[in-house]
Formats: sequence, C-alpha cells, structure tokens
Amino acid sequence: MLAFIIKRLANAVFVMLSVTFLAFVIFRFVGDPVDQMLNEQATQEQRDDLRERLGLDKPFLLQFTTFVGRAATGDFGISFRNQRDVLDMISERFPATFELVLVATFISLIVGVPMGVITAIKRQSWYAETMQFTSIIGISLPSFVVGIGLILVFSVWLGWFPAFGRGDTVDLGWWSTGLLSHSGRMSIVLPALSLSLFQITLVMRLVRAEMLEVLRSDFIKFARARGIPARSIHFRHALRNCLMPVVTMTAMQIGGLIAFALVTETVFQWPGMGLLFIQAVTFVDVPIMAAYLCIVALIFVVLNAIVDMTYAVIDPRLRGAEK
Amino acid sequence: MSDQTSGKAVPTRMERFWDSDLWWSFKSHKSAVGAAIVLLLVIITAFLAPVLSPQNPYDLAALELWNAELPPIWMEGGQMPFLLGTDVQGRDILSGILYGTRISIIIGIASVAVSLVVGIGLGLMAGYYGGWIDNVLMRIGDVLLSIPIVLVAILVSSVAQQFLPPAFREIGVAAVLVLAIAMYSWVQYARVVRAQTMVERRKEYVMASRLVGTPARRLMVKHILPNTLTPIFVAATLNFGLAILIEATLSFLGVGMPPNQPSLGTLIRVGNQYLFSGSWWIVLFPSIQLCILVVAVNMLGDWLRDALNPKLR
Repeated sequence: MLAFIIKRLANAVFVMLSVTFLAFVIFRFVGDPVDQMLNEQATQEQRDDLRERLGLDKPFLLQFTTFVGRAATGDFGISFRNQRDVLDMISERFPATFELVLVATFISLIVGVPMGVITAIKRQSWYAETMQFTSIIGISLPSFVVGIGLILVFSVWLGWFPAFGRGDTVDLGWWSTGLLSHSGRMSIVLPALSLSLFQITLVMRLVRAEMLEVLRSDFIKFARARGIPARSIHFRHALRNCLMPVVTMTAMQIGGLIAFALVTETVFQWPGMGLLFIQAVTFVDVPIMAAYLCIVALIFVVLNAIVDMTYAVIDPRLRGAEK
Repeated sequence: MSDQTSGKAVPTRMERFWDSDLWWSFKSHKSAVGAAIVLLLVIITAFLAPVLSPQNPYDLAALELWNAELPPIWMEGGQMPFLLGTDVQGRDILSGILYGTRISIIIGIASVAVSLVVGIGLGLMAGYYGGWIDNVLMRIGDVLLSIPIVLVAILVSSVAQQFLPPAFREIGVAAVLVLAIAMYSWVQYARVVRAQTMVERRKEYVMASRLVGTPARRLMVKHILPNTLTPIFVAATLNFGLAILIEATLSFLGVGMPPNQPSLGTLIRVGNQYLFSGSWWIVLFPSIQLCILVVAVNMLGDWLRDALNPKLR
C-alpha cells in the first residue's frame, strides 16, 4: 500500500517537473524577455542590467532550478504587459473559473444521472433511444459552437440571459462570488450550461453502462424475487452501486474542466483564468502563460493522484495492478 | 440482405467484402448508413469547392464591398448567387464554408495519419523490444496524457507560430496544427499496439518466424501489425472527429488557421464578432457545417466500435 502511494506520488512529481520544464522552455525561448520588458530606446547598459537582475546570464540548468524553486513558492514573476505580479493576477481570476466549473459539474450530475438511469431501465422505449442518440450528438458538438448557439437563442433572440461578463460580484474576503447577486446568477446560467453539456452526456453514458451491468447481477435478481418494488430496486439498490465510478470520474474531470473552461470563458468573455491565459497568448505575455500552465497542470495532477489513491484504498486489487 | 456471393469457387476481395459481417452490420444500421452518406456528401462538396462555389473566397479582387453583409437568399435583401449570404467583406458564406471544410478535413486527415505512423511505430518497438525503450516511451505518453490536451495544443501551436519564417506561413501554420494535434493522439495508438504486440510476441507463429531468421522489422510490420489493426481502426475514426474538433477550437481561439486561410473554426471566430449586429448567418452556417461533419464522423466511429467488437456480435 505504502509502496503504491509512494510510486503514485513520484509519478505526480515527475509529471509536474516535466510540465514545469515545458513552461520554462516557453518562458525562456519565446522571444527575449528583455526585449519584451524594455522599450526600444533602452540603452545597452539598461538591457544588461535587467538581464542580470532577471538571472538570464546564468547557465541553463541553474536558471531552470531557480525557476522551479520560485514556482514552488508561487513566484512566477511579473507580467510583461501589466507589470503586475502574475500569481496575484491569476488568483484574483480563480474564483470566477472555479464557480463556473462547480456549477457546470452540479448541472451535469443533476441532469446526467437521472438520464442515465432512465436510458438503462427503459432501454427499449422511444425516449431512451432518443436520449442515447442525442448523446452522440452531445459528445460531438464543439463546446464553443454550443456556447455561440446559446447566446444566439437566449441572449440575442429571446433576451433572457446576459451573453457576457459575470454580473455583480460580492467580495467575501479574498474570494469574490457571483452567486450571491441576481445578475451574477443570471450570468452564470449560459456559460455553465455550455460547459456542462459534454459532461452531461459523459455522466449519462457512464451511469447507463454501470446500471446495465448492475441490473444483471444476482443481488438484483434476488431483490426482484423478494418482491421489492421496481422503483426501489432501481434507485436504492442498483443506482447506489453505480455512484462510485461517477464520483471518481467527476473528480477527475474537474481538472479537465478547469482547463477546458478557457474555451467557454472566451465565448462568454467570462473573467476567469482561462480568458486571462488566452489574452496572454495573443500578447505573448509569457510569464502568465507559463504560470497558468503550471497551475492548471498542478490541479489536474493532484486531483488524479488523489482519485487513484482513494481507489487503491477502496479496491485492493488495484494496488498490484501497476506492474 | 440479399446474398451477393456468386457461384465462383474463389470469391474476389470485393465479393468477400460484400458478404462480410461488417457490411451486413453496416446495412442494418440506419444511423451508420445515414452518417456515411452525409459524410461522403460533405467530403465530395468540400473537395469540389473550386468547381461548386460561386466565388473564390481567397481572391480579394472578387470581393465587392457593396455585397457586404447580405442575408441568406430566402430573406429580404438576399441576392443571387449568395445562397447563404455574405460576410462584412462581401465574401460568400457558402464558398467560405466549402473551402473551409476542405482545410478542416485535410488537417484532420493529416494529423490522424501522422499520429498513426508515429504511434504504431513506437508502439511496435515498445511492445517488441520492451526494456528501456518501452519504459521511456510509455513515461512520455503518461506525461502527455497527464496534461489537459487543449492546453498543450494551444501552447504548442501558438509558440511554434512565433518561430515560423514569413515565407512558410501559409503552409507552416497548417503543419504546426497537424503536429500539435498529433503530438497528443499518438499515445493512444502506441498503447494499444504495444499491449497487443506484447501478447502476439509470445505466440508460436512469431517464434517460428523468428526461428527461420525473419528480420525484426519485417516481423513487426508484416506479422504482428495486422493482428493489432482492428482496435486501431476504430480509434483512428473517432480521433479523426476529435482532430477536426481540436483544430476548430484552436482556430476559434485565434491560435489556428489565420483569416486569410480560414478553416471552419476561423470562420466561426470571425462570424462571432457580428453576432450582436444582427448578422447571425455569418456565424451560424459554418457552425452547422462543423457540427454535421463531426457528428457524422462520430456516429460512424460509434457504429464501427460496436460492429468490430466480438463481444457484441
């Protein structure tokens, strides 16, 4: 058990190091940072001075280790464009992205689980088949097209929901939330829906597959033989056994959603980390790009590692399976 | 369901195909047949774009500003030959879509081809030789799969475009996109081929072949590879849809195809700016075409996965 945890942690650290290396290579070699930070009239002395101050005159490996060391303490340097601390900029954008992902996950569970159950127990009915069929379409639709479609229908044509921005936010210490104001709640509907659509189909298909498996098992047959009503069998006995994989998949998907939210954020001009990143890409603001890559990868890797380790605790068969 | 085998003793390859389980399964799946027809139509019209489209959308001389922002033909103010209307530069939407689809399809096919070659090659090597080659390759794969794919593709594409010399811009951007997409998807093929190769390697026919002195490369390509192809075929179909999606997403975010060589994603990006000015057709029609294309590919892939799965027969 301990060996498995250590191995899994080592793997996570290795992945993070590789990502940091990628971020560092981008940071170091996309354009010359000195050119980006000084204007064209700067003298050679000013340039050399800055180069020394940034540590760009040191050997490559030393620069990399300094970069890793600083990144580990959350110091990603200063944005080329805004001259502000990168971590500050990202952390003030984080609540927006996190709320969006949270609401999207909530929607996907609320909608996806019942749909999965229905398609599994009423497999032959027309509505189950329609749902199964539309789920292929749901998985295929590009998220940005869904977003544009939602804006076109619900903002431009019907005018029900705002098409961009986050509405009014309420500051709770270091966390700013849009969920406590009316305009904030109205604003999150469309982006969260468009982000959750793919997730809904994923949850639905997973629940359906798991339900079909469980419904075939002996204890369900026994429950039927005991004369327990169908409703109770489906929801209390069968569904409960399907929820574990749903929970793990949801947890693992949150990391992916945080990364993928950048597409949704671009469509809806949602002021989250992803929008910051995309703007940084257009202006080649490398420190922000590098920091965003590291932070999102960290969330992703940590979540995956936790899920894997919880799984190993619950299911002992997996501990040896790594071999 | 008519039996198409002739009375000949040895059926030809084509005849064997008409009589195969796969063809039978295809014929009995309405959605698969529908998807295949739609996909064929999309591909044919895309590659006949220069013949079919009323205007060459890349030819700036053909654009007339007084044709700008015309609505589709069935609406008031619509004009021939602009069936689906025009954008703000007077570019015909339909022509833009046909040319754009061609670019999207070409990038999709190219990235699947590149990742297939790389993935199969590396997977065969990892599975056949094992040892450190296997370790290194699979670790690289692990790392790539541990980072969200969109992020990697955006970074690779935007960074690589910085280094493109101006002379290569046109073709270079497409090549960069192909590599950015392939960089991720080869892992999947490599894993499948590797696992299958490790199984096949120990079988008697491979042993026998090795004993008579067949060189390793021939053994891998001629003997082992054909036995790993079925799952690869399914994965490649689904990945083709995914590749088109990723390309469209990158172009939409502004790190893909430039506006003078627009793919479907670029058209949607450009059209998105006019969403609020009432010219909804600029963004809607390219979006619909993209959805049709991806849905058709995925439905075919879905059917293929079930049809080739021996457990579901």
